Amino acid sequence: MPVKTDAIGKTFPPVTYAVGREKIREFALAVGETDPLHLDVDAARAAGHRDVVAPPMFAVVYSAPAVGPGIFDPDVGINFAMMVHGGQEFRWGPLVVAGGEVTTTASVKDISERDGMGFYVFESRSLDQDGQEVCVGTWTNIVRGV
Amino acid sequence: MSVDVPELRVTPDRYLTYRYAGASGDFNPIHIDEEFARQVGLPGRILHGLYTMAQVARAQTEAAGGPDRLRSLSVQFRGMGLPEKEIVVRTTVREERGGAIIVDAVAEQDGKQIIRNASAELSSS
Repeated sequence: MPVKTDAIGKTFPPVTYAVGREKIREFALAVGETDPLHLDVDAARAAGHRDVVAPPMFAVVYSAPAVGPGIFDPDVGINFAMMVHGGQEFRWGPLVVAGGEVTTTASVKDISERDGMGFYVFESRSLDQDGQEVCVGTWTNIVRGV
Repeated sequence: MSVDVPELRVTPDRYLTYRYAGASGDFNPIHIDEEFARQVGLPGRILHGLYTMAQVARAQTEAAGGPDRLRSLSVQFRGMGLPEKEIVVRTTVREERGGAIIVDAVAEQDGKQIIRNASAELSSS
């Protein structure tokens, strides 16, 4: 059965995420960051930031809530039980700092089929409270046995 | 500027997947439920691919001098990572052009690649 490609271009509602100091610390500690910019407010301020700085991969925290609905959208038609995360790309803009807000909009970038597998590619675009693009994510999910 | 990205070695402890699930918001049971993971044919709870990607990212930011130096990172996930086994991130510089350094990286566990074809762009200042 060929994969449905009608959902290519579909855009999902934006999600706004309030970036908190303790959430940045929790994430930084979980992934083993030791840079005081992520953990110590005084060190972050001494380096010219308003508050602690999010590690680049914190993009997962603020952008995933916008991508999630697409994975379960019947128009997209992913068989979640057979899905694996095949690949991920992030391109970063200015640093995200505690106290800011990030608004992410996700869309279906591509759906294709190869060797009996479906490739579902989502794009997330995240803007900070000043409208600066802080991250663009490309999320590739592979569904076996389509 | 010339940059050399040292090997990063890290051994996620037994409870890492729970902490990363809480920190990231990804509570897929394959990462936090031993029994569920085995039922779906996995050897046990597996690491979040995005946790391993964060180790590849950390290798770059630590070498390049801070979080603002990592401009982009793209990875392919392969196989599965497991808690309590050492992850080794190896990075090689592919080219330097303008103010940017392009590197290639892999993450391995037990000699098997769990992230392959990773590529990152670092800014040199």
